Amino acid sequence: MLESIDVSMIDWSRAQFALTAVYHWLFVPLTLGLAVIMALMETLYVINGNEFWKRTAKFWMKLFGINFAIGVATGLILEFQFGTNWSNYSWFVGDIFGAPLAIEGILAFFMEATFVAVMFFGWNKVGKRFHLASTWLTGLGATISAWWILVANSWMQYPVGMEFNPETMRNEMVDFMAVAFSPVAVMKFFHTVLSSWIVGASFVVGVSAWYLIRKRERELALASMKVAAAVGMFAALVTAGTGDQSAYQVAQVQPMKLAAMEGLYDGGTEEPLTVVGPVKIPSMLSFLATRDFTGYVPGINDLLGGGFKQPDGTVALSAEEKMENGRKAIAALADFRKAKEDNDESAMGIARGILDKNMPYFGYGYIDEPARLVPHVGTMFWAFRVMVGLGMYFILFFAVILFFAWKRRLSEISWLHWIALWTIPLAYIASHAGWIVAEVGRQPWTIQDMLPVNAAVSRLTTGTVQTTFFIFLVMFTVLLVAEIGIMVKAIRKGPEESR
Amino acid sequence: MIKRFFMSVFEFYRDGFRAMTWGRTLWVIILIKLFVMFVILRIFFFTPYLDGKSEAEKRDYVGSELTGRGIR
Repeated sequence: MLESIDVSMIDWSRAQFALTAVYHWLFVPLTLGLAVIMALMETLYVINGNEFWKRTAKFWMKLFGINFAIGVATGLILEFQFGTNWSNYSWFVGDIFGAPLAIEGILAFFMEATFVAVMFFGWNKVGKRFHLASTWLTGLGATISAWWILVANSWMQYPVGMEFNPETMRNEMVDFMAVAFSPVAVMKFFHTVLSSWIVGASFVVGVSAWYLIRKRERELALASMKVAAAVGMFAALVTAGTGDQSAYQVAQVQPMKLAAMEGLYDGGTEEPLTVVGPVKIPSMLSFLATRDFTGYVPGINDLLGGGFKQPDGTVALSAEEKMENGRKAIAALADFRKAKEDNDESAMGIARGILDKNMPYFGYGYIDEPARLVPHVGTMFWAFRVMVGLGMYFILFFAVILFFAWKRRLSEISWLHWIALWTIPLAYIASHAGWIVAEVGRQPWTIQDMLPVNAAVSRLTTGTVQTTFFIFLVMFTVLLVAEIGIMVKAIRKGPEESR
Repeated sequence: MIKRFFMSVFEFYRDGFRAMTWGRTLWVIILIKLFVMFVILRIFFFTPYLDGKSEAEKRDYVGSELTGRGIR
């Protein structure tokens, strides 16, 4: 029974996962973003043979190397936690989750280990074009890794391509393509990877601006700013587009997340989009969620109360009805197990029929009151606005950088250099705000509608989880301090050849 | 032929590591981190919860957990 699971242990397990994911995500977006920028710089070197671009690319590769080295394998700790803290979840998801992560692990190891080495050790040992290919493949390897991680994450938000087998107690993959190319995974990939390019671009522009403030490395800084701002502008525009598409998908598959993002308790037609406070854009939420300015958007109370017509034409069930169906599914699973033990084929068939019918609501059987189905509205509302607000800021920021670059005045505008420098943390804040929207918004589910956190968690003690939480806190903080320290030192030194 | 290929790969990595300057510090950090993760954390703090059980035992355990934790 739920009562025997310590609620504080669930929260500490969630906090531990969140802590690890947050720290891991400090390293990943810079890897993805810097990889593209340094590869573009090396491409310029190979095309025009100008040694300046080689020197510039090598400098950013050095910073990439620092970030890569400190960040590598931090994501594995998340996988440790699945087995230890979330054992029911790990068993229940079966090969659906394991397959993408295994592909990710193999690809990450072989592609990155091979091509990173050629990239760093091969300047005078392999041909220019082979080296350039290795640089691009390093970035591609990291990006493909991200694909599989995001496939696994998207499946948790939108579980498709599987069937639950009550004999093994696992979900079994029946359609690999549906899992690997689910529309949620595709959109999440482009949104996440392109927004990571923004982090990389902001980092390069910001560090270059620091050189301009210090009146050093002028040529390298100006050239780097131009390349990075072009990448950043492209990425910011695509991220805005994929963000819009993601919001539309959320409205279809996770309407409670959308309602929480908007702080919308009572929905309706022609719903306005709240910018902040009383500032609203008429009918915009309806349009974003339904592609129709008069479309109906359910609020939190509507989703709990049910009774409204859904996009597929069916009438939405209330939370209580879903919870009742969930209880039927769990009871049928218990009956199935008992019948199997008794070798009663007929009873197994009956129980299986009830289970299959109610399986879409399986997770609701662990929910003791409807209010538990609502994610934290305040966190969602503000995280969403921080993400979107900063997303718009980046478009403006990179446009201004490109404008002054075009006017050849980039080195003169000192206020812009300071803004550029302070844009680096803003890029990280935006990136994390995005993940907060994605992950806080799906609470209480580890797998949407199928398994809430209170059923997924292992039967550990709070003290055990607290201990490992603080071990991680110390370990990751040490790594972060090391990264920042080594990175700052490397930036202060500047490119090797300039000394 | 194959031996020569592997020798050249070995020499490539060996020379690369020997020529490293700032990379040495990073390798020290990587090795310490991997040691902490795989030796200390994995063995002493993150033993998989279902370790030591057979496949059938794991299935039965999770089955009991999932049916037992449901709200009645």
